[in-house]
Amino acid sequence: MDISELLAIAEHENALRRPIGIRCCTALGCQSAGALSLKQRLEEAVAEVDRTDIEVIGVGCMGLCGHGPLVQVDPHGVLYEHVRAADAPSIVAALDGGEATAPQGDPQHPFFTLQKRIVLENSGMIDPERIESYIAAGGYQALYHVLHDMTPAEVIDVVTRSGLRGRGGAGYPTGLKWATVAKSHGDRKYVVCNADEGDPGAFMDRSIIESDPHKVLEGMAIAAYAVGADQGYVYVRAEYPLAIQRLQRAIAQARRLGLLGAQIFDAGFTFRVDIRVGAGAFVCGEETALMASIEGRRGQPRPRPPYPAESGLWGRPTLINNVETFANIPPIIRNGAEWFAAIGAETSKGTKVFALTGKIRHTGLIEVPMGVTLRQIVEDMGGGVPEGRVKAVQTGGPSGGCIPAALLDTPVDYESLQRVGSIMGSGGMVVMDDATNMVDVAHFYMEFCKDESCGKCIPCRAGTAQMLHMLDLIRSGQATAADLAQLEQLCLMVKETSLCGLGQSAPNPVLSTMKYFREEYEALVRGERSEVRGQR
Amino acid sequence: MAAPRAQPPVSEQTPHPSGDNRFKLLEATMKKHQYRPDALIEVLHRAQELFGYLSTDLLLYIAHSLHLPPSRVYGVATFYHFFSLAPKGEHSCVVCLGTACYVRGAAAILAAAEQTLGVRAGHTTPDGRLSLETARCLGACGIAPTVVFDGTVTGHQTPEQVQVWLERLREKDL
Amino acid sequence: MAARTFTINDQLISAREGETILQAAREHGISIPTLCHLDGVSSVGACRLCLVEIEGSRVLRPACVTPVVEEMIVRTDTERLREYRRMIIELLFAERNHVCAVCVANGHCELQDLAIAVGMDHVRFDYAFPRCDVDISHPLFGIDHNRCVLCTRCVRVCDEVEGVHTWDVAGRGADARVITDMRQPWGEARSCTSCGKCVLACPTGAIFRRGATVGEMERDRHKIAYIVAAREQRW
Repeated sequence: MDISELLAIAEHENALRRPIGIRCCTALGCQSAGALSLKQRLEEAVAEVDRTDIEVIGVGCMGLCGHGPLVQVDPHGVLYEHVRAADAPSIVAALDGGEATAPQGDPQHPFFTLQKRIVLENSGMIDPERIESYIAAGGYQALYHVLHDMTPAEVIDVVTRSGLRGRGGAGYPTGLKWATVAKSHGDRKYVVCNADEGDPGAFMDRSIIESDPHKVLEGMAIAAYAVGADQGYVYVRAEYPLAIQRLQRAIAQARRLGLLGAQIFDAGFTFRVDIRVGAGAFVCGEETALMASIEGRRGQPRPRPPYPAESGLWGRPTLINNVETFANIPPIIRNGAEWFAAIGAETSKGTKVFALTGKIRHTGLIEVPMGVTLRQIVEDMGGGVPEGRVKAVQTGGPSGGCIPAALLDTPVDYESLQRVGSIMGSGGMVVMDDATNMVDVAHFYMEFCKDESCGKCIPCRAGTAQMLHMLDLIRSGQATAADLAQLEQLCLMVKETSLCGLGQSAPNPVLSTMKYFREEYEALVRGERSEVRGQR
Repeated sequence: MAAPRAQPPVSEQTPHPSGDNRFKLLEATMKKHQYRPDALIEVLHRAQELFGYLSTDLLLYIAHSLHLPPSRVYGVATFYHFFSLAPKGEHSCVVCLGTACYVRGAAAILAAAEQTLGVRAGHTTPDGRLSLETARCLGACGIAPTVVFDGTVTGHQTPEQVQVWLERLREKDL
Repeated sequence: MAARTFTINDQLISAREGETILQAAREHGISIPTLCHLDGVSSVGACRLCLVEIEGSRVLRPACVTPVVEEMIVRTDTERLREYRRMIIELLFAERNHVCAVCVANGHCELQDLAIAVGMDHVRFDYAFPRCDVDISHPLFGIDHNRCVLCTRCVRVCDEVEGVHTWDVAGRGADARVITDMRQPWGEARSCTSCGKCVLACPTGAIFRRGATVGEMERDRHKIAYIVAAREQRW
């Protein structure tokens, strides 16, 4: 494979395009609502009217998952929502002036117009099951450019200057991590893509892999070149069968075209990628636990240092980044560090993908520049809650916190979210309305953390069990004010003494709800449970 | 699984005395991973796929094949929620308890399912017809609350819809 | 081997390069509480009792796995650390059924010693009273899960010193249990060599010699380190 072959594939693919394209979402959300039979029906409807200027394309996520199945028609951009298979003929007929029976969505809605798509640039546009579709969108050119025109140090320099920070939650500077792995000595090095998206209420990584798997692979290959690795692993949750299937297919396709494997682009660079499927353990999102799992052991974390960058998989230097981080790499190489650094906020560059869910009108996947406010996301893009008012927004899953409605003007960047007691996290954003009891929410997350604690360190293993017990007492009206104070003490202890991120952040949902919604705890202690419309 | 000499190649043999062909398929997976101990989780996935659950005998067989201590294999198999050491029901109903589903009423769905079936989550009905399970998050939050019936993800569920499905199951309609 | 000088609790200390804070402190008679640490086997940093404050570090560090760095300033006994240690011990007592008065290890128990050291006069948390098994199927030894603190010293000594790996941990979180082979009764665990190193390693009354009655379960824990050292010298 050389660049002329790559461009020839792109050219050939583009030549196949027909003037009118009916894009049908085939990501998990829409598939569950019947998108596959819909797509088939659309193809039949096109064949029935015998028009060769129309094509039906199965694409990845279009974002507005709550309104699926979604269909969009190019070049006019007409968007149809809640499309049933029976609507298919009318959608084709509408191209000739007929009336479509499916409701039309508004592509000019802030949900779409306030987005800035870098990671999701191809999502909902290309066919994720065909590598040619990705190549036609300019895919793998960044990898070629890196292998032929840049030294590893130059690649790291671009990533560093772009200001990209890890999208897995902690926000560690990506360039710095790459530089550390590059400098570490080892007979072999590894690149690992963390796709163990465990936060309940988050599905960014699933959607990226289902919609544009090659982008992640290209990002990993670029990283491997930069740090000197020849083997990569994608660690995916077993709960994501469609993502695993598409990733497998993508790896096989890339290998067939020589874009993965030995002698990529004849540049003396070898990089192989294998998938490792998780088996249902939230703690494996923690990097040392993830590595233990890849090595076939119990997914228990170990103390750091040594960091994986120095001693990771099988004791060798290992670069671990999350799916979204890798997906940012090809655009950064293509457009330059300055382009990326000009997007977003002061200390948080670029965009962030969020899964907007919960009690909100427009649920789905959005990508926004860092620095937009929660209010813009929840009220303008998400359209607010269907009934009642926004009470809180939860970010960061079980490791994050609940941000009250009064702080909705908080900008979305790593530091601001931390300042209000939450974290960026991987991008889950769950909106809660005033029917939600915040003590119940804290209890929900604590139950999660208790079940997911690996049991290795005492503060997390015994502490989460004890915190959950105390929350049970509070909810059943058996707790006293002294118990509240003790719960707070215990939270601080578990936060400061636990071995890994799971335990260190497990108290966050309790601490943040105690901070902003203390009256709900106190009401329960007084034996009242009436301040909120009961949820359970 | 040392084969006696002067026999057909290993791949053509039944590697397990029981003659169960599934062991042959499992053996192929282990061979693909060169019987490396670090492939344990991959092998357990394959074993569960083939046998439905991981029996003690099966775990011992894997331990011997990968040259791992039995306690280590058992420790790994019980660490991950995905692995089951007991047989599952013919059908499965998995209620997602992720945050988005929770906020949209997953608890009521689970309660309804438990009531209809008379078993708690994580258990199988006494007649072995159905296993009721919960999931941490399927990542289908856009269509919350979600329930997976026999592997098919279904969105926007209500307690009533789930009850209807379970009733149909009871009437052997599925 | 290069020397390192650093400070623990305002005391200037010299250590060898690569030594942990815990090793250096013990050589100088400064005690840092530990539970999962056992001389002679690897450290896992799991019990969190040896956490110390290091100036300039945002987080607390486990002394058992943190190497000494030139000029680092360590505090091992601040009020915050004392309070956290006490809470950790209380959590352990509340987690399972530790009844010293009827325990074989009474008077010779590291958990009991720690409780006294941290000044635990009562437990502020509710007891969980879990149902735990006692297994006396082995002809020589027994295990009482009521007393187990999941320090994994038995697992490590069996794997690293005896080289057998009869023990491991099954399940996770609060449901985790140490197991022998396929979680069968210890007496049926065929890999066990009955060497008794796990009995030596256990900090509490969880693993005991059969026949020992209340307070009789004394053990020489230094023996493990002695065996390891003797082996290293011979080879």
